[in-house]
Amino acid sequence: MRHIISILIENEAGALSRVSGLFSARAFNIESLTVAPTEDASLSRMTIVSTGSDDVIEQITKQLNKLIDVVKVVDLSEAAHIERELMLVKVRAAGKDREEMKRIADIFRGRIIDVTDSTYVIELTGNGSKLDAFLEAIDRALILETVRTGVSGIGRGDRILKV
Amino acid sequence: MQLTGAEIVIRCLQEEKVEYVFGYPGGSVLFIYDELFKQDKFKHVLVRHEQAAVHAADAYSRSSNKIGVCMVTSGPGVTNAVTGIATAYMDSVPIVIISGQVPTAYIGQDAFQECDTVGITRPCVKHNFLVKDVRDLALTLKKAFYIAKTGRPGPVLVDIPKDITNQKCDFEYPKTLSMRSYNPVVKGHGGQIKKAVQMLLEAKRPMIYAGGGVILSDAADRLTKLARTLGYPVTNTLMGLGGYPATDKQSLGMLGMHGTYEANMAMQNCDVLIAVGARFDDRVIGNPSHFGSVARRIIHIDIDPSSISKRVKVDVPIVGNLPDVLDELQKLLESSDGVPDQKALAAWWKQIDEWRGKKSLKYKQGKEIIMPQYVVEKLYEVTGGDAFVTSDVGQHQMWAAQYYKFDKPRRWINSGGLGTMGVGLPYAMGVRFANPKATVACITGEASIQMNIQELSTAKQFRLPIKIINLNNRYLGMVRQWQQMFHGNRYAESYVDALPDFVKLAESYGHVGMKIERPADVEPALREAFTKHKNDLVFMDFLTDQTANVYPMVAAGKGLSEMILAEEL
Repeated sequence: MRHIISILIENEAGALSRVSGLFSARAFNIESLTVAPTEDASLSRMTIVSTGSDDVIEQITKQLNKLIDVVKVVDLSEAAHIERELMLVKVRAAGKDREEMKRIADIFRGRIIDVTDSTYVIELTGNGSKLDAFLEAIDRALILETVRTGVSGIGRGDRILKV
Repeated sequence: MQLTGAEIVIRCLQEEKVEYVFGYPGGSVLFIYDELFKQDKFKHVLVRHEQAAVHAADAYSRSSNKIGVCMVTSGPGVTNAVTGIATAYMDSVPIVIISGQVPTAYIGQDAFQECDTVGITRPCVKHNFLVKDVRDLALTLKKAFYIAKTGRPGPVLVDIPKDITNQKCDFEYPKTLSMRSYNPVVKGHGGQIKKAVQMLLEAKRPMIYAGGGVILSDAADRLTKLARTLGYPVTNTLMGLGGYPATDKQSLGMLGMHGTYEANMAMQNCDVLIAVGARFDDRVIGNPSHFGSVARRIIHIDIDPSSISKRVKVDVPIVGNLPDVLDELQKLLESSDGVPDQKALAAWWKQIDEWRGKKSLKYKQGKEIIMPQYVVEKLYEVTGGDAFVTSDVGQHQMWAAQYYKFDKPRRWINSGGLGTMGVGLPYAMGVRFANPKATVACITGEASIQMNIQELSTAKQFRLPIKIINLNNRYLGMVRQWQQMFHGNRYAESYVDALPDFVKLAESYGHVGMKIERPADVEPALREAFTKHKNDLVFMDFLTDQTANVYPMVAAGKGLSEMILAEEL
């Protein structure tokens, strides 16, 4: 099962390596990991996407809680939540492809944020499968470069992760 | 008042009432050693290798429940200490390691004696710090001591760059501490404890399984009281020996890979199991699916939530500090209307007594060759069962655990989790510093002892009257045993050749050496060592049977009830 785990951690040097080291030392999977400071600069928020049986996910959350710098751990996927990922795609956009690329970007509600004679950079936000679908929809041969942030997530409604 | 970083380190150690610092100086810690030289509130023990400093601090803590402290320099000082730190980490021992680091501006420049200490030690410490500002130093040390001792204990390392130790700032040692990210649980969940009492009283074939947590949290008295109230059988893990008196009739001895027949059979066949400060280790329950193939209900008390349902699913998890939880359990039990089912219990004890009848620890001592088990039994008699016993790792460790009956906690000091050869002698040193009048014996083998033999020098300098019981079979005994049993008698690299003359070696360090070759000489030699040479370090080199194996044995991957017994071979 795929789980999205959100962590609030003291924004100290080495915080990221404590978390990533834990995953490699205990042979837990990481599909993606994102981290950035929160509105309170003393705290960082991490979002980790991992897969594993319920037992493994239970161990992951317990082991994360055990790290001294970790303030809170929540398994977002336990209840209603929203997940988003940002992707930037540089595509070849010349001749007949130029109009078609714009059209598909519009369909996916992507934005073109850089333009040259022959290329676009398209910004696209959504869950992972939407980003995958976009890449499927355009001609593979036209993709010059892609970069994805990994998943960020937040609980719906009253579910709040805060100190 | 403005103090230098070095002065602050010393003042913090004094504030923490540290008695001994085990360590080894070097470039990055010179300012600290300079301040250490100027004070006399605590003493420094100069070891001969940094690994031994950590082991000694570790045993100081294990045998006293105080925090062990050690100090090493940057680079090789730290890397030498890593085995010691990992050993303490695996057995949850509270120690604080202070390491020197190259000056702040040099970090990352591949400076002389530089290593990424925080990175190297991260996976084997409870927590570590790199101090980047002298103003953070006092609070960081306060946190280190606090984190080491609270919750599930463990080693904490503080890495201090050299320039920080020479910079000044105002000093005040924080009196209290609060960390938003670290609040260990103390009290157990009331509802869960109630359920546990209910389950314990419903048991027909109950079993108490007590681990190292009982020792670490000083819960032995409470566990003993609970066990006696219930009248249930108790087994201890290797780390838990002494947590329940081994000579008591309710004790089934140690369980696990080399546990007694009765302990392993009762563990496998019980219907209600209460695990107290134990973690269902692979050496304890063997194959988890074989263990899980028998229906039983499990109550598990531990301070570390991640130890619960890690290898074995449990029915009633209780997270909390053992003494608090056991007090609560005892109270509920005493006020409960229910009582244990005496009829079922009598039948269960009858079954256990049948298993005991197997006498799984019996061995034959002939007239010619000394059996290692015999030496441990005689040591037990000669010391009246009241010594602190340290061991190294291997066959001798198992024989020590099987044949020395520990009635008190903190008397049995060994590396259970990491299984570190070479701990025995530095452990004995640490024990003796923590317990200056105690009788201390180190049961070891000719291979293990050579892994930290240089500490005979430290022992001389500090006049530590340790009795080294060297069970010398000229083999890496446990390796040889596995090779015999599982690798077709191919003894790859397990013969220990070119051994030193241990008597002369001991004498060259200024100690007493003895060589014992005949069974009849074992007891007289031990008596001589513990009376005539009471105040000396005595290195007793016992030439023992080369082919003796440790039984019973649950082979790796097998189930607890699939023991190999001595008589079957």
